[in-house]
Amino acid sequence: MIRVRRSAVIDAPIDRVWAVLRDFNSHSAWHPAVGPSRIENGEPADQVGCIRNFTLKDGNHIREQLLALSDRDYISTYCILDATLPMRNYVASLQLKRVTDGDRTFWHWESTFDVPRGREKEFDELVGGGVYEGGFKGLADFLSSSGRLPAALPRVEEKAVVATGFGGPEVLQFQNRRTNPPKAGEVRVQHAAVGVNYIDVYIRKGLYRMIEPPAPIGMEAAGVVLESNAPGFRAGDRVAYAAPQPGAYATVRTMPSDSLVLMPEWMDFETAAAVMLKGMTAEYLLHRTFRVQPGDNVLVHAAAGGVGLLTCQWARALGARVLGTVSSQEKAALARRNGCEFPIVTSSYRFAEEVKRHTGGKGADVIYDGLGKEATDENLKALALRGHWVSYGQASGPRDSFPDLTAKSGTLSRPVLFHYTAGALVNEVAGNLFRALQDGILRVDIRHRYPLAAAADAHRDLEARRTTGQIVLLP
Amino acid sequence: MIKVYTSSVIEAPADAVWAKVRDFNGLPGWTPFVAESRIEQGLPADKIGCVRNFRLKDGGVIREQLLTLSDYDYQCSYSILESPMGVDNYVATLKLTPVTDGNKTFAEWWAEFDCAPEKERELAQGIGQGVFQAAFDSLKQKLR
Repeated sequence: MIRVRRSAVIDAPIDRVWAVLRDFNSHSAWHPAVGPSRIENGEPADQVGCIRNFTLKDGNHIREQLLALSDRDYISTYCILDATLPMRNYVASLQLKRVTDGDRTFWHWESTFDVPRGREKEFDELVGGGVYEGGFKGLADFLSSSGRLPAALPRVEEKAVVATGFGGPEVLQFQNRRTNPPKAGEVRVQHAAVGVNYIDVYIRKGLYRMIEPPAPIGMEAAGVVLESNAPGFRAGDRVAYAAPQPGAYATVRTMPSDSLVLMPEWMDFETAAAVMLKGMTAEYLLHRTFRVQPGDNVLVHAAAGGVGLLTCQWARALGARVLGTVSSQEKAALARRNGCEFPIVTSSYRFAEEVKRHTGGKGADVIYDGLGKEATDENLKALALRGHWVSYGQASGPRDSFPDLTAKSGTLSRPVLFHYTAGALVNEVAGNLFRALQDGILRVDIRHRYPLAAAADAHRDLEARRTTGQIVLLP
Repeated sequence: MIKVYTSSVIEAPADAVWAKVRDFNGLPGWTPFVAESRIEQGLPADKIGCVRNFRLKDGGVIREQLLTLSDYDYQCSYSILESPMGVDNYVATLKLTPVTDGNKTFAEWWAEFDCAPEKERELAQGIGQGVFQAAFDSLKQKLR
């Protein structure tokens, strides 16, 4: 049995270091020796017992299980289940302690394990030097680079697009609006780009009663932290979010930190602002409501819409056979370019026969249905035996009743994005999204940019269907 | 019961730091505020249960009893028997941990005690910064 111990002092507050380390799947982002990593079975990365499955950049493959995690004592303990290295009985533990003198962090990392006789020194260097010391430096670099100020955004006046009542685009007014200093758990963010979604129109009209006018609207944005009163964030961090509380159509915003994620260095603000809401929706649809497997028949409604295009791209990359409904030939061509093998053009919600035809009579193993109350019978017909039906939107009006699924032994879920991004889960969902973007699995097509002050014009064009692709507002 | 926690990094190997701080009678040698110290009844300074009796430069006298001394863990804990500070049930621990990166020392010092509620703030500040951090600063100077 050999014992390897290494320790270092990281020049960052303990909560900031811990926010990264407590995520059992974060190592591919900061450890220089770690390649792709995933948590098996889609479990949360802070669930004790979860397994990370990863490859090292030298080609070795390892599965490790989380044995203990303590937010109180800042301890993470894990063991190796399988490895292509001759290490047995490997149990490792890392612990952080606060250095009050200078608000830094002491990091202790140790393990015990068995190796073939005579190779003890080699493995002490491999684990202690390559893994632990390499990790200290990797994380320190990761924290300082993700905290680097991107030239700090130019100073702006604090203004917001406020819905002064419920109604048409004319209720949107660009007004001065002071933000409060962040209270505990909050940050103040200066936006560099703001995403526009159809839900913003519904909220403006009062169809979704998520604001009480006068109030700013908008669900997603990206920018730079100006001031932080929350662990894990500091001034100068590049962040992005999709938040459950509207208010993103603003130059500066004070908000709870729990929706925020740090942006990877390669990502630009416009992409982040355009993709958070729709991309995280596609992530949980394909991985968390139902786990799409190679060969599954997947039916995506509104396949040429914002969420639809990302869902088609990603489902195809997962090896699924992707079918979709669209309302015109142009949209069919667009959907096809984005991974939808079998676009079905329909303006009357008739698609079940076509779905059956393309799936050898089986039907869809999963239906991603943002349509709402329409097409209930058609969906039931199009569903495969034991299929899963995800009803996640209400484009044609709220669903007030649910069909009897007995005919197919079907299951149904009614998910809401913000239940899939609650707590630490947001880092995992956004992390998968960012990786899919970086790997080129997802492509974001930003076709329209408006000044933030012209948000009402953006809404007019969106409602008149004069836009395709993503829209961002620029403060 | 309140808890005060102070920690620092000292640019010297843990063995060198421990050699300074393990001597329960050695406070005048490395802290800036102790004028003189003796071990009561002439006991050895590393005998568990021994009492150090020391006078601060400001005149106050404190008696503290050694509860734990570990050369293996670089750790020492003690309680206050008598002091002018107005604390009860005071137990403190000083612990060193090697930092392998740079061969330095992570030093922690914490105390738990009871006191009158209106004195909590002042005592926490006085002990955390005025005693523990001041002693660490002095140690850093001496071991530089």
